[in-house]
Amino acid sequence: MKVALFATCLVDTLTPSVARATATLLQRLGHEVVVPPGQSCCGQMHVNTGYRREAVPIVANHVRAFAGAEAIVAPSGSCVASIHHQQAAVARRAGEHRLADEAEELAGRTYELSQFLVDVLGVTDVGAYYPHRVTYHPTCHSLRLLKVGDRPYQLLRAVRGLELVELPGAEQCCGFGGTFAVKNADTSTAMLTDKMANVLGTHAEVCTAGDASCLMHIGGGLSRLRAGTRTVHLAEILASTEEAVTPDQQTRPAVSA
Amino acid sequence: MTATVPPKAPTFLGLPTAPRGVGHLRGDQSFPDAARGALRDGQLRANLGHATSTIRGKRAKVVDELPDWAQLREAGRALKAATMARLDEHLEELERQVTARGGVVHWARDANEANEIVTRLVQATGTTEVVKVKSMATQEIGLNEALEAAGLDVFETDLAELIVQLGEDKPSHILVPAIHKNRAEIREIFARTIPGVDPDLTDDPRQLAMAARTHLRERFLRARVAVSGANFAVAETGTLTVVESEGNGRMCLTLPETLITVMGIEKVVPTWRDLEVFLQLLPRSSTGERMNPYTSTWAGVTPGDGPQEFHLVLLDNGRTAVLADEVGREALHCIRCSACLNVCPVYERAGGHSYGSVYPGPIGAVLSPMLTGVEDNASLPYASSLCGACYDVCPVAIDIPSILVHLRAEHVEAQERPTAEAVAFRGLSKVMSHPRLWHLAQRASRLGRLIARGRPTLPNALPPPVSGWTRSRDLPTPPKETFVESWVREHGS
Repeated sequence: MKVALFATCLVDTLTPSVARATATLLQRLGHEVVVPPGQSCCGQMHVNTGYRREAVPIVANHVRAFAGAEAIVAPSGSCVASIHHQQAAVARRAGEHRLADEAEELAGRTYELSQFLVDVLGVTDVGAYYPHRVTYHPTCHSLRLLKVGDRPYQLLRAVRGLELVELPGAEQCCGFGGTFAVKNADTSTAMLTDKMANVLGTHAEVCTAGDASCLMHIGGGLSRLRAGTRTVHLAEILASTEEAVTPDQQTRPAVSA
Repeated sequence: MTATVPPKAPTFLGLPTAPRGVGHLRGDQSFPDAARGALRDGQLRANLGHATSTIRGKRAKVVDELPDWAQLREAGRALKAATMARLDEHLEELERQVTARGGVVHWARDANEANEIVTRLVQATGTTEVVKVKSMATQEIGLNEALEAAGLDVFETDLAELIVQLGEDKPSHILVPAIHKNRAEIREIFARTIPGVDPDLTDDPRQLAMAARTHLRERFLRARVAVSGANFAVAETGTLTVVESEGNGRMCLTLPETLITVMGIEKVVPTWRDLEVFLQLLPRSSTGERMNPYTSTWAGVTPGDGPQEFHLVLLDNGRTAVLADEVGREALHCIRCSACLNVCPVYERAGGHSYGSVYPGPIGAVLSPMLTGVEDNASLPYASSLCGACYDVCPVAIDIPSILVHLRAEHVEAQERPTAEAVAFRGLSKVMSHPRLWHLAQRASRLGRLIARGRPTLPNALPPPVSGWTRSRDLPTPPKETFVESWVREHGS
């Protein structure tokens, strides 16, 4: 299958290793990966901060960049949820009905990574090797908007060498919430503190998730604490093999002290 | 009122909202400022964490045991949506039925009118004392203060409301107004304020309840006027309904000669059989019980049985404005179960007082700004990480996160002068919709590498608004190359 990779603005700019790992993984599974160079952002940050009108040109750019793609995969539950639930709505509200129809049609072919692997490709064992103690944080939008359910667990359980430990209070938000993390920094930090306490309580070396944004939040907090536990995106774990087929894969902490 | 409140009368979508200077829908601090103080209170964090996790567990257990919960929830949503679509007709039918059964219906445009009506009705009876059933509508309009200003004594009879009243505190939760207090703190309040209380009172829950019971019993027996709210009002039969756990409501609804019920207009349901759905949804969602201990229903006046005078005050106070908003009107479906508060990670940490309104938590963050006009509660729609837990548990499926996002946009679009944030977001919109500009901006972000000086994270001391992030979390140093750049370099575009 020819898969168009949507890196997402945050991953592309700040943690490119996550997009690289996604591409490597999909290629290893025998699929052709294309990266439309015109891509930027899904528009979620604008919509969720109250700038729904200003989000419309961003949605238009996204639709232009991915026009004609057979399947679109993004290593982010949150961005895919926005593509599914917000893009067409903001376009329609602005009277851009054609754009809304195109966005809706494109959303039907857009998948979050774990859903694409399990539902579309039908694989749970992707041939990965990752000899670490790992805990998984189900990010809110993957969990509640996309309903990815136990797909990430299925994928992680099939990784050789990986010891998966349950995260207490897993379904509680980490406190990121986009601009919430800055506008309500104190409350966000209080939520993060409880999330980190639960992560550290598992004695995992690695906290993983399907969203680089939430991981940047949790990882940024753990790094500030000099906690030693690091955050690694699900795609990076699934891309790992004994042969280290991804030479530039970040095995250091995502944000290191 | 704070200086930031605009001087003109508040509106929402051009319709009058709850007036300023009366009632409890507006705080005197923004949410982030109020929360900053609350988050420092370790006792409050412990009390809330314990209480909300207990009630979350109870709710989950009794909801999971119903195989048709999803269908019940959808029925509740559909019934509310259909009722709101013809709200005027249902209210007029309710008025006809209540009147036909010997009740008197009063229409109150806002908090001031409702307070005047109730004060006048109480004064007409010649009594100086009123007993109250727990009611959100009367808290919303500040009825207690209005009655006290008229020289009347008001006694809250719900245990938690009593704790709040005796402690000269404010409610912090829709269902459990004293959720921010633990047993030891309640014992202290009772020992200090209840006349003739046992000096050896301990913090044993049974002892505390018995002390409140003795204190209240005397007031039930001598009260001539009671004021209540309503959970539901059935239009076709003119039946009012109050559900409760303690029996204080039953006392107030049956013993006094005069009963005055203040009800938000959105509480009407068309038919008696609609209660079948809501009386299943409500107790499981609110207290985590299969059925609440007391369900009182009454229609008008029954000669020789119960209150011989019944008044129903139908309260608007901004609800018509909410109904005019095609996205936000769903908030009127709320049955005040407070399940959304109990699952909300923001509520659990910041507490109910941080919202500044009697309606705290996720539902409060949408309802309060619409009832007052968004500009009078502009920080509330942002008091959420949009985690969606509230929507999942809502028994009538109110999509609270979508309404929060909608109200943020209403706030942004209401600004007459561009804010620094708006300038930045508009600029970023242009950049993100033009790939060439976007790639330039991504390259510019690499200037961060200069201040990082080879370290993997940026310095902590960065200017606002980035400081909001870096005060408590590290920010990664931007990489040398974006993913798209490196891919294009390797594969061509």
